Amino acid sequence: MTDGRAVEVDRLRVVRGGRDALAGVTLDVRRGKVTGLLGPSGSGKSTLMRAIVGTQVVESGSVLVLGSPAGTPSLRRRVAYTTQSPAVYDDLTVRENLDYFARLLRAPRANAGEALELVGLGADVGRVVGRLSGGQRSRVSLATALVGRPDLLVLDEPTVGLDPVLRRDLWQAFARLADGGATLLVSSHVMDEAERCDELLLLHQGRLLARGTTGELLARTGAEGMDEAFLRLIDSGDEA
Amino acid sequence: MSWAGPATAARVLRQLRRDPRTVALLLVVPCVLVALLKYLFVDKPEVFDRIGGPLLGLFPFIAMFVVTSITMLRERVTGTLERLMTLPLTRFDLVAGYGAAFALAAAVQATLVSLVAFLLLGLDTAGPPWLIAMLAVGNAVLGSTLGLFSSAFARTEFQAVQFMPAFVLPQLLLCGLFVPREEMARLLELVSYALPLTYAYDALERVALETSYDWRLALDVAVIVGTTALALVLGAATLRRRTP
Repeated sequence: MTDGRAVEVDRLRVVRGGRDALAGVTLDVRRGKVTGLLGPSGSGKSTLMRAIVGTQVVESGSVLVLGSPAGTPSLRRRVAYTTQSPAVYDDLTVRENLDYFARLLRAPRANAGEALELVGLGADVGRVVGRLSGGQRSRVSLATALVGRPDLLVLDEPTVGLDPVLRRDLWQAFARLADGGATLLVSSHVMDEAERCDELLLLHQGRLLARGTTGELLARTGAEGMDEAFLRLIDSGDEA
Repeated sequence: MSWAGPATAARVLRQLRRDPRTVALLLVVPCVLVALLKYLFVDKPEVFDRIGGPLLGLFPFIAMFVVTSITMLRERVTGTLERLMTLPLTRFDLVAGYGAAFALAAAVQATLVSLVAFLLLGLDTAGPPWLIAMLAVGNAVLGSTLGLFSSAFARTEFQAVQFMPAFVLPQLLLCGLFVPREEMARLLELVSYALPLTYAYDALERVALETSYDWRLALDVAVIVGTTALALVLGAATLRRRTP
């Protein structure tokens, strides 16, 4: 797969709790870019991400990740995933959390320090995670995803609960990672984060509503901001 | 087991160490219970000698069952399990890592309670104390692997705690400790053959009361080891990489 697509999703259908969480979604994620996955809560963002990292039972359709079917064992070292609520060990220190994930990934210990600097937690390595603030915990979770230097990062709402300064810093870090060749798929329900992304995928009720850059979507809808653009897209039933 | 198993065992032990109160409870409670037993039968030392050995071998089983099932349940509900399932770690690595960590904790616990019982409280068994201690460690490992497996059926910590009476108490009642199994109603006796704790108790009772052992002790040990292995395999099978 050298055609520049890190993820290819084809007619993906996922049923959760008796209803279609994803109702036949077809999309792709370009390599080396930061792609924003936007949509209101319940639109299927997390389900799509789980399908891409291979933890979601899917009804039909296919998901190719870095050229292999999602969930293939060889992908486990190349794809990193953070869940919406931070999945880290509260009773371990920041350093112990990173060391554990680094050992599972067989990553050099030096990567841990680098990952912590990237998320701005370099000074907190010795602190027990359970005593950190919510925003700090989610950054520890993010650091454990970075420690293996993955080719694809799937981040489910990594900036929730962070202050504007930290959010800006993280988005800058995402851009640097993409410049270094990594592919990032980042979900958010905050539309103003959209302009940080190279490309946007808008999900609504389990369907892909639109895709494009911020500029393209604003031009297409004639809206002033992404919130308004999103609402206009829903109203017009505009298909991607 | 690959590098991921030992890494997981080390991580679980680090988590345990961060919780000194649980460690203290794990180590002290069985010792206190054995001491209680001693003074309950202070005028009948022969009773203490007869049931002290078997009981000190069963306490670690119960304690480890509860601790392991709750630790594993936490892994499931906090989302770290889903996260681990996306990493290069096999399901067996995870379960074996847990098993090894709690086996080590169990070894410390069983050794301590044996030291207290034999040296401080003057417990006197027909068989050698080290054999009782070894069986106690084996039972503790069995308890933790059964706890791992049973945690798959709990959704909340309340449910996991209730599995202790649900899974463990019937086995304790039927294992022969309260009523010799040959005196039970035929149906209960038959049921008792299917329960692993029956063999654990049988082995401990033999060592407590007899000085020479035959194939029946070997059979008990084989059942304990076999059930432990089976619980590990079943525990690994309950972990799912993909969930609905």
